[in-house]
Amino acid sequence: MSAETKKEVRESWKTPAVMGVLSATVLVFFGILGKPEAVSFELTGVREVVQLPNIEVGSGLLGTFAGIALVVITALVAWQVSQNKRASIWFSMLFGAIALVALLGWLAAGNVVPVAFILGSALVLAVPIMLGAMGGIMSERVGVVNIAIEGQLLTGAFMAAVISTITGNQLLGIVSAMITAALFSAVLAVFAVRFLAQQIIVGVVLNVLAIGITNFLYQQWVTEDESATNSPGTLPIISIPVLGDIPIIGPVLFQNRITVFLAIGIVIVLWFILFKTKLGLRARAVGENPLAADTVGINVGRTRFWWVTLGGLLAGLGGAALTIGSSGSFGREMSGGLGFIALAVVILGRWHPGYATAAALLFGFSIILRIWAGQVSPGIPTNFITMVPYLVTLIAVVGFVGRSRPPAADGIPYVKG
Amino acid sequence: MSESVKKEPINWNSAMKEILSGSVTRTLLSVILGFAVGAFFMIISNREFLQNIGYFFADPLASLRAAGDVVSSGYGALFKGAVYNASAATFDGAIRPLTETLRLAGPLIAAGLGIGLGFRVGLFNIGGTGQLVSGIIWATFVATRMELPPVIHLVVAILAAIIGSAIVGAFVGFLKARTGANEVITTIMLNYVIISFFNYLLLDNNLLQGATAGGYTKSDPAAETARLPALLGESFALNLGFVLAIVAVVLYWWLMERSTIGFRLRAVGFNASAAKTAGINVNATYVLALGLSAAFVGLAAANQALSSTGGVTPTSHAGIGFDAITVALLGGSSAPGVLLAGLLFGAFKAGASAIQIEGISPDVLLIVQGAIVLFIAAPPLIRAIFRLPPPQTTNMLTALKSNLFSRGAKR
Repeated sequence: MSAETKKEVRESWKTPAVMGVLSATVLVFFGILGKPEAVSFELTGVREVVQLPNIEVGSGLLGTFAGIALVVITALVAWQVSQNKRASIWFSMLFGAIALVALLGWLAAGNVVPVAFILGSALVLAVPIMLGAMGGIMSERVGVVNIAIEGQLLTGAFMAAVISTITGNQLLGIVSAMITAALFSAVLAVFAVRFLAQQIIVGVVLNVLAIGITNFLYQQWVTEDESATNSPGTLPIISIPVLGDIPIIGPVLFQNRITVFLAIGIVIVLWFILFKTKLGLRARAVGENPLAADTVGINVGRTRFWWVTLGGLLAGLGGAALTIGSSGSFGREMSGGLGFIALAVVILGRWHPGYATAAALLFGFSIILRIWAGQVSPGIPTNFITMVPYLVTLIAVVGFVGRSRPPAADGIPYVKG
Repeated sequence: MSESVKKEPINWNSAMKEILSGSVTRTLLSVILGFAVGAFFMIISNREFLQNIGYFFADPLASLRAAGDVVSSGYGALFKGAVYNASAATFDGAIRPLTETLRLAGPLIAAGLGIGLGFRVGLFNIGGTGQLVSGIIWATFVATRMELPPVIHLVVAILAAIIGSAIVGAFVGFLKARTGANEVITTIMLNYVIISFFNYLLLDNNLLQGATAGGYTKSDPAAETARLPALLGESFALNLGFVLAIVAVVLYWWLMERSTIGFRLRAVGFNASAAKTAGINVNATYVLALGLSAAFVGLAAANQALSSTGGVTPTSHAGIGFDAITVALLGGSSAPGVLLAGLLFGAFKAGASAIQIEGISPDVLLIVQGAIVLFIAAPPLIRAIFRLPPPQTTNMLTALKSNLFSRGAKR
């Protein structure tokens, strides 16, 4: 064994180190120095069929227990690393979940935590990020870097709001949002595949164009008569019978708009196609080693074109979720960087639909946390809570993901030689 | 001059072909096409045109006239608002638009150089905004919370902006070198973190909030000793910031094309593993490159923090960190290219309000910007549209140049 391969095999101590610092923080600040007031976790809303009692626990006590649990997980991960095994991603996720519960308990000392409301809102807010990330994964898995998610979300949001209003048909709005974003994505695909352009450049430019075009049309056409062009209303909330009545899970998962159901379905289907079907295997082959894929008869250019273009469909749906799936009308630059967060989510989720969804949920959670924390503990500067998701991503990228490995041919044009 | 070059007969045809296939021609055509795309959007959103298009076959001239009108009034307003206002009463008024273009181009050029430097090293610094805001924070601290003698105050404030930005860039480089963290992600995240932090600073009287800001996120105006001095007298807003940007262009050119550091940076950008084999410390180069990249952005920060007489707000970064990416792309990350691209986009910013007055949303300029860079990104597309010859390998242009040059030298 040469020295270099040995070095490659050795697992990094970075993950347990970062975890150690975080668990110590939770244990000391939320636990030992925590607040004595009780915090009450409200599991069921007033109007629900099945009622569960609220769980009350001392804020500091919760912090202490959470801190201890985190230390245990850190120890387990450290043991894994010492055995030269890769730290399990499940431990990382469990770690994150417990740390978040501790944070909730600390923020809401002396208050009530509406669990179902927070989880449900987190999911709804995560949907555009999630769908954008799925579009990004489809594109990057076949080797095309997609910076243009932001632009696709924005065009989708615009089309969904405007077409829904003009035609009076929200379904048509969703379809046109998806198709427009897919056409937008097709531009990226054509430039990447046919013109061998620098994909990052094309992505950045497409974002500029999307902002420019939606802003321009918004100001020229939409603002003149908002009621005729930009008041689509929101999609109806569908409650799935029986399942919708299960406490906590029901309101969070089964009483939602169609966009949420579609998003959850898409994640599962995409995962299945990518990892369990021939189609997905071919796509991944194109992204990892286009030359080899070409040699065995896979059409690299065509595969790339279709995966990137169809990925746009998903991002467009994400855009629709921004307007008619939540606020209703369209506003200037309303995607506000969510597309870039989706990009981060793709990398944070290691180009895997499931992990990316978890990362998207983290962002959704932090958005609602910021809104809610502003109400329950006004003393905390919201600017710092705003930072939390970005800092968490930063820590995660530095500490947990590190040299995350993108598809080997990501961003490299393929020239058939 | 070598004999072989001189002996080669000048073939005007292939020289012409080389010019047509070159990047300058392509860039010019891309700019023209970009304006054409903008014109298209102006036309299709014009009410008069839309009304007349229904009768296109009955009266084709009416809709064409409407289309011509809207495009000429739109781009006419851009020229009037950004270059020369012929209808102004005084000469000062007539050239004011041009000075505005220069003023707004300054920070775009400086930040564009920074992002371009990253591109040359193969790094995608999307964090211009965060670095810019960090620079603004430092500069504002120096400019509003310290008392120093006139010239020194300004110099310290500018250095503070550059350092404040460079630290963020170097930190990103450090994270990349140390942990392999993708700089695209870390810079995006830092953008949000730093903007939130800036908001926080601007909300606290004891930190950066101004004495008269009330509940608003606004700082005190920069002390007069720390303000960039006006270049053409107090009646023009143009200030030293533009001169600093020009200095930065020269510095950038020297750094990238003539210095050893530039050679190292370019070597890593060209092929990181080859550079490593050649003994270049790639990780240290990443830290250096992102630090330098952000330092140029810091100059733009100085411009933003030390120009206004009203104090900085959370939006004082004016989206320059992002525009700089398009500036760098349009300018091909070269010093003269970024200078020209910055001037063009500065003109777009200066002309925006004039276009607005014509009843056309200035966002059309964003479309023009995007379209130009999109065309530049795909040379085969431009070649196909204009039927340009493929890239030439005849070197006839070099031969032509050296021929002319040697003849001149002999005389």
